Amino acid sequence: MIAAGKPLLEIRGLRTQFFLHEGTVTALDGIDLTIYENESLGIVGETGCGKSMTAFSVLRLVPHPGKITDGSIKFKGLELMNLTEEQMRGIRGRRISMIFQDPSSSLDPVFNIGSQLGEVISLHQNIYDKDALKKKTIEALKLVRIAAPESVLRQYPHELSGGMKQRIMIALALSCNPSLLIADEPTTALDVTIQAQILNLLKEVIREAGSSMILITHNLGVVAETCDRVCIMYAGRIVEIAETFELFGNPLHPYAKGLLMAFPKLGEQKEELAVVRGTVPNLMEPFPGCPFVDRCDYATNVCERVRPTMVEVEPGHMVACHLYPKGGGWQDG
Amino acid sequence: MADLLSYIVRKLLLAIPVILLATLIVFLILYLYGADPITAVAPPHASAEDLEALRDKYGFDEPFPIQYGKFLKRLVFDQDLGTSVARGTLNTDVSYLIEQKLPKTLQLMAIGLTISYSIGIPLGIYAALRQDTLKDRGVMVFTLVGYAMPSFWLGILLMMALAVYTNILPIGGTVGGLENIILPALTLGLGNAALTTRMMRSSMLEVKRQDYITQLRSRGLPEREVIFKHALRNALLPVITVIGLDIGWFVAGAVVVETVFSWPGIGMLVINSIANADFPTVQGCILVLALFVVLGNLVADILYAFVDPRVRLG
Repeated sequence: MIAAGKPLLEIRGLRTQFFLHEGTVTALDGIDLTIYENESLGIVGETGCGKSMTAFSVLRLVPHPGKITDGSIKFKGLELMNLTEEQMRGIRGRRISMIFQDPSSSLDPVFNIGSQLGEVISLHQNIYDKDALKKKTIEALKLVRIAAPESVLRQYPHELSGGMKQRIMIALALSCNPSLLIADEPTTALDVTIQAQILNLLKEVIREAGSSMILITHNLGVVAETCDRVCIMYAGRIVEIAETFELFGNPLHPYAKGLLMAFPKLGEQKEELAVVRGTVPNLMEPFPGCPFVDRCDYATNVCERVRPTMVEVEPGHMVACHLYPKGGGWQDG
Repeated sequence: MADLLSYIVRKLLLAIPVILLATLIVFLILYLYGADPITAVAPPHASAEDLEALRDKYGFDEPFPIQYGKFLKRLVFDQDLGTSVARGTLNTDVSYLIEQKLPKTLQLMAIGLTISYSIGIPLGIYAALRQDTLKDRGVMVFTLVGYAMPSFWLGILLMMALAVYTNILPIGGTVGGLENIILPALTLGLGNAALTTRMMRSSMLEVKRQDYITQLRSRGLPEREVIFKHALRNALLPVITVIGLDIGWFVAGAVVVETVFSWPGIGMLVINSIANADFPTVQGCILVLALFVVLGNLVADILYAFVDPRVRLG
């Protein structure tokens, strides 16, 4: 099923940097990533690895003092980097939507749900008639399985539970049938019992709408549940991409192996969970080689000096690591 | 609506101890101040016995608790603030004196507040949207100067610039028409405008960093709607809260500014009454000013509940 669909979003050589007084932080260092139609892709990595920044870069909403300094982002063949701000606004919310981590801070506290939903719908679908708009907003709320949409419309964010707010965020994001939904840690701020509900809801509504989804998370369990493919990020780079099943069964990159080791499995007796030793490198200092070198048990001289390129080890399974030279298999080192 | 009414009534009831405390403190200060209103009003040839008789008549010879008790009793049962004991207004009702001066002070405060907010709010937004640029820094310097400058000095500077040297505006008093109020209102408003600017700016910067603002942008909303519809309404909330405090500040400011510009309001009345040791008048004026502060806060509370759905009056 790899590359079965048409490419929806193609990111090539994306570099996003933050220009601070103390120096330049390279948050994204040459990201290459393709999302196909009707697929959900998980982006996994630890805090600060650039997962969220990838999402903000795609929407061209990198916060100040950050800037996209290089690369190309093509959406259905359309180069987003060349669009004007005005044209970009037509993409945001209509073609590509985003859901944020914390639903309690993602809704404007002083407007009720109805007016916030109505605002987006009338903006992108040019519906200004009051009754028609109300019908549309109710439809949007029904889509995310809200039982009493009429009363929710009149409510304010503070009157709703976290799960309810995240449903509304999903309704807001999907109200204009976007082709791509970017969900940035959509369940992290929620109770565990609500997390499963929201994930299932996301899966269902995405399938019904025929859209694609990028799910950003640090939780491998969430990825296993939800995504067709997984992409593992480390220090602003992608280190491994594979189908979910393949990656969980056969992780190649030492970092991916470490992540999976650190993840508890049901029915397995362990005294202590494995940890990936060390910490992430300082993104302010450019490193010529592999960013994982200091934490890697298999690191060699070449890892210090040469940046590993992406190698397709199995069909659709790509890894950026010197252990896997072009055309070769596993080199024990 | 019934909620609102009961809220107002409850707040007003709570205001009673505040106002009583204010009168008590002022009463105590005047008592300890030690000036004798009787010697000031009595004819120069009055004998010691005459003075004693006058003191007895006005009750100034009684111990402090009795004097204060009598004041309270008159206030509560007769709604009477007593009579003035200053030369020129001797035996005039204090409430009449206040009635004469109050509209002038209200006028001054209303225009001052209008100036303060119509400068402060737009300027704060302007600075926040240009954070860390030269324009922002310029605004910040203005606010620093505006806030640090005492109003009596600012008043004198404005007076020199716009009245003494250029004759654009009258120097003070109320002899002319509307132009007389411009200088005192400007003096009163500018200092607070500086404060409002700073408040508005920091509040706007705070709101701009919020997730929901980025979220609104991610939905393709035009920047002007993100800022002027969503961010502005949220950023105004803390500014509205301080309107109540501002009114208190303006009351204090009015006393100074009215004196500088000979503006015949309550502030001038207070100053003159203090100079004349006209205790009942001072007392009455302070009561009214304290009432202002309390009402100002009440208005701010109610306004706040209207703008912020999270606030329930109760």
